[in-house]
Amino acid sequence: MKAFTYERVKTPAEAAASARDKSGAKFIAGGTNLLDLMKLEIETPTHLIDVNGLGLDKIVATDEGGLRLGALVRNTDLAADERVRRDYAVLSRALLAGASGQLRNQATTAGNLLQRTRCPYFYDTNQPCNKRLPGSGCAALEGFSRQHAVVGSSEACIATHPGDMPVAMRLLDAVVETISADGKARNIPLADFYRAPGKTPHIETVLTPGELIVAVTLPPPVGGQHIYRKIRDRASYAFALVSVAAIVQPDGSGRVALGGVAHKPWRVEQADARLPQGAQAVYDALFADAHPTPENAFKLTLAKRTLASVLTEARAVV
Amino acid sequence: MSNQGEYPENGQQHDFSLSRRDLIKVSAAAAATAAVYPCGALAEGEPAVTPPPEMMPLTLRVNGKSQQLEVDTRTTLLDALRENLQLTGTKKGCDHGQCGACTVLVEGRRINACLTLAVMHQDAEITTIEGLGTPDNLHPMQAAFIKHDGFQCGYCTSGQICSSVAVLKEIEAGIPSHVTLDLVSPPEMTANEIRERMSGNICRCGAYANILDAIEDAAGELKS
Repeated sequence: MKAFTYERVKTPAEAAASARDKSGAKFIAGGTNLLDLMKLEIETPTHLIDVNGLGLDKIVATDEGGLRLGALVRNTDLAADERVRRDYAVLSRALLAGASGQLRNQATTAGNLLQRTRCPYFYDTNQPCNKRLPGSGCAALEGFSRQHAVVGSSEACIATHPGDMPVAMRLLDAVVETISADGKARNIPLADFYRAPGKTPHIETVLTPGELIVAVTLPPPVGGQHIYRKIRDRASYAFALVSVAAIVQPDGSGRVALGGVAHKPWRVEQADARLPQGAQAVYDALFADAHPTPENAFKLTLAKRTLASVLTEARAVV
Repeated sequence: MSNQGEYPENGQQHDFSLSRRDLIKVSAAAAATAAVYPCGALAEGEPAVTPPPEMMPLTLRVNGKSQQLEVDTRTTLLDALRENLQLTGTKKGCDHGQCGACTVLVEGRRINACLTLAVMHQDAEITTIEGLGTPDNLHPMQAAFIKHDGFQCGYCTSGQICSSVAVLKEIEAGIPSHVTLDLVSPPEMTANEIRERMSGNICRCGAYANILDAIEDAAGELKS
C-alpha cells in the first residue's frame, strides 16, 4: 500500500473543503472496497479523509413521507430498519443479498453507491484496463467476460456495477444528496448519478471533485409486492450474474430494475410500462440495445427467465 | 458491439502474445500514466505525490484493556492486533475481506479486521478470540467448537468463533438475513439462518457440518 496522510473531520463542509485543498485525497467511510483496492495499488490516494465522525448515520422520516438515509448508515442497520423492512422491503432484500455479515456491518450507504467494478482485469494491474489506466485498452473484450455487462457498455469498457443496494434504490427513485467544497448542496436523482462508460469509463459518476454524499432520500412508499431475486454462482456471498428488483401492484402495473447486466442499475421506463404484458415484453424493452459477448450472452436468457419467475411470484402473492 | 475493441482511437488491436520486452514497455507506460491520472482522486490540479509514511498515536481498548500504540497510517486493525499487540489469535487469511479469518468484534459488531485501518478505531472497544474466553474459562462457543470438533487445521477457527458469537446476537437483535422469509417478524434461530449468516467465514478444511452443530449447541446453551 502506498503511504498516505490521514485526518478525521467533524463536519461535511470541512470534509469537502479538505478534499478540494489536498490533491490526491479520498474520503474513507467503511473502507471495505477502498482499502482492498489500495492494497493492490489500484487506488493510490495520498491523503485519506475519515468521514466516520460526521454523524451522518441516522435514518429519519421526511416531511414528504419518505425516508432520508444518512450517508454513513451501515448496510446492516439500513436492512434491519423497521420502516425499511415494512415499506421498502426490496431495499432490505437487496442489501441482505449482498456481501457477508461482517462486510455489511462496515459498508455504508454512500460507499456502496460508489463501489467499484469487480471486473478481474480492473483488479489485475498487469492487464490493460481503461477504467484503471485510461487509454490502456480493455482486456475483458478479448478475455473472460462471463461476468460482464450485456447492455449499456462501450468499446472501452464492459464492466458491471457490482452492487445490489443501488438496484433497489434505483427502483425506488432514490435521490442522492451531496455537498460540494464551496458549501453548495445538490440533489441528484440516482437515475442521473452514474455515467455511461463511453470513452471515459474511469469517470463513473456525475460527482465533481471534492463533492461528498451526505444522504440518500427515498420518496414516500409506493406499496405493492417487493421482490429482489439474485442469481449467482453460489447461494450466498457472491456477486450477481443477474438480479431483478421489482415492485408489482395488485393491478399488474409496477416497475423493474436489473443488476449485474450494466455499468449501473438497469431500468428502462418503457419496460415498466409493459409490465402488465408480461416478461417477454418487459425484456424486449430492457434489452433492445443489448451487446453481449459470446461468453455472457447467457445473461440475456437468464434475465428473461428471472423476470418471468419474479412476475409469476408477484402475481401469485398479490 | 464487436468483440474487437476499437478503442483506443488509433485503432491498435491488443496483441496478447507480448514479448517480455514489450511487456516491460507496457508496464513502464502504465506506471507513467498512473502518475498522470491519480486514480479517482477528489481534487483537480497537480498530480499528487505519495507522501512519506506517517505515524500516528492511537488508543484502542482491546479485550477490556486500554492500549497505547504508535502506528503507520497504513496499518490495518488486523496488523495492529497481530504485530503491535502480539494478539496472534486473530488470523490473516486472504487479507482482502473474502475469508473471514480476521473477524473480530468492534463495539460488539463483527467486522473483517483486514479491511479497516487501525487509526479509524480511536478509543474503540475491540474483542478478539483472546478476549472471549481463556483456556481455563472457555466461552460457551469455544467449548462447543471443541465438543463438536468444529475444525481441522484450526486456522479459520478464531474467525469462525468470533463471527458465530456475533451471529447469535444478531438473530436475537432481530436483524434479518437473506433467508429470513418474513421481513417484518423476528428471525428464528434455525440451521438455515446460521448457515447463511456464516457465509463470510470460509473453512478450507470443510468442517462446516461440525461448525453448524457447534453453533446450534452453543445457541441452546446460551439461551438456557
